Amino acid sequence: MSLSVTALPRARNYEALPIAIFLVLALAPLAASFGAETYLLGLFTRVMIYGIAALALDFICGYGGLVSFGHAAFVGIGAYTAGIFSAHGITDMAITLPVALIVSALFAWLTGTVCLRTKSVYFIMITLAFGQMIYFVAGSLSPYGGDDGMTLKLRSTLFGFPVLQNDRALYYAVLAFLLVSYLLLRAIVSSRFGRVFRGARDNPTRMATIGYDVFRYQRVAYVIAGCLGGLAGFLLANATEFVSPSFMSWQRSGELIIMVLFGGIGTLHGAIVGAAAFLLLEDMLGGITENWKLIFGPMLVLIVLFARGGLLGLAQSVWERLRRG
Amino acid sequence: MAEPVPNPVLRIENLRKNFGGLVVTDGVSLDIKAGELHAVIGPNGAGKTTLINQISGTLEPSAGAIYLNGEDITALPPNKRAELGLARSFQITSVLPRFSALENVALAVQARSGSSYQFIGRADRESALNDAAMEALTEVSLDARADVLAAHLSHGEKRALELAIALAMQPKLLLLDEPMAGTGPEESERLIVVLQKLKGRFAMMLVEHDMNAVFALADRISVLTYGRILASGPPAQVRADPAVMTAYLGEELE
Repeated sequence: MSLSVTALPRARNYEALPIAIFLVLALAPLAASFGAETYLLGLFTRVMIYGIAALALDFICGYGGLVSFGHAAFVGIGAYTAGIFSAHGITDMAITLPVALIVSALFAWLTGTVCLRTKSVYFIMITLAFGQMIYFVAGSLSPYGGDDGMTLKLRSTLFGFPVLQNDRALYYAVLAFLLVSYLLLRAIVSSRFGRVFRGARDNPTRMATIGYDVFRYQRVAYVIAGCLGGLAGFLLANATEFVSPSFMSWQRSGELIIMVLFGGIGTLHGAIVGAAAFLLLEDMLGGITENWKLIFGPMLVLIVLFARGGLLGLAQSVWERLRRG
Repeated sequence: MAEPVPNPVLRIENLRKNFGGLVVTDGVSLDIKAGELHAVIGPNGAGKTTLINQISGTLEPSAGAIYLNGEDITALPPNKRAELGLARSFQITSVLPRFSALENVALAVQARSGSSYQFIGRADRESALNDAAMEALTEVSLDARADVLAAHLSHGEKRALELAIALAMQPKLLLLDEPMAGTGPEESERLIVVLQKLKGRFAMMLVEHDMNAVFALADRISVLTYGRILASGPPAQVRADPAVMTAYLGEELE
């Protein structure tokens, strides 16, 4: 049944799975301490950061039907805000984080005003175009490394304290941001606003004739998603201590869409699973062969063809089959 | 030809719409009084749906004016017209398939009760919205199916749901674009009963091919051919009009 894919999942699985996901993420550093700790912490920090960006994309894609092919632009904006401030010696996140969010929101509001006048494939193309635009702008910022990007001298501080300097502290800060983002989007999706936004995906004409200015609601949602993308970028710059135009290339935007599809579109927590699956597979397959995408590509095709609800949908149908015996 | 009525709910003045050289609405003028059910009939391609689309705002007229309760709405977008009390049903069923019947109607209630820029608090648990939605569903006898996804309703039930959505908007004017289209005789009969019950509460414009429904419900009938009003008046008068007989009714009525 294709309808159930993006409908709100049934209550039972709706609670158990997200709790399990966040428990695993909370406990992962303990397990990592038995292995290559720095490496594993770094990998999982990136998983959670891309999880935030994928969550935001799933919100507009899965619930609003707005397939953005330029979402990495917001990640880049967030990262560059942190990077540029750092280049000028300003690292306090009481300043840099709000600015990163405001700049992302502004970019979302301006581009959304244009993009949201279009539909379907045109929307995809124009978001891609804006994404590429900001990519080339970043590449031309020669004081800030141009095409090569630049390293950050210092991770963000809070009121002068180097709170993120420790990898484990950064990990838990990112986890907290992921949790807050997830809870926020979940609340929004089932709120009055979210219901209008979801309705606009189903039937914009009907929504307009019952009195909703669909465009305005979609633009607000686009700004929310843009802000969260910027947040992910801000955290990414801190985690990698590096920013580069490659953060906002169209391949990155494509990877975010893949994460959302891979995990299960229109579920929110599926986006986190998708980000984890994508980055961990990239890491593992990348250890086997340089051409890891040769293996990953067919896997993605199989998931999209045979498990339309992504990994979550696949897990659910296997679970239900096992229970029925 | 129709003498002007004082304070009509809907007034259309000399409305024209052409797609390139094709004129689909050709100088239509029409008044609908409060509480009146005005049926618009005419052969396929006469421009009935085009007319409704211009009134509801999904299509822009080439010339002419549309007034709702005296206010010029010709240039307003559909959502603004809805705020002013204009509701419509669609010829091709237009509901939100992934929402339950109740939520479909609750969204219409929500549109007129408070801001929808609320980002927390579950909308589907707001009893004020749900109660009003349930009331509308009960009026069209769909209350027992409130929790069914709209996609899983029968065709006739979807038509009734459209009506419930329109009712929940507490309209001043309801545009019904072939509400009986594709329904079986039993379901049509049921819809006629529902509409009969609603008659008088607000003005209605009914576009319909089902002549039983039209003559059972209409206070006035306008006959549209080639985008022009051929005749307009009470049912008995329109039925007897020789021009109408040859142009349209003759084929269906003896």
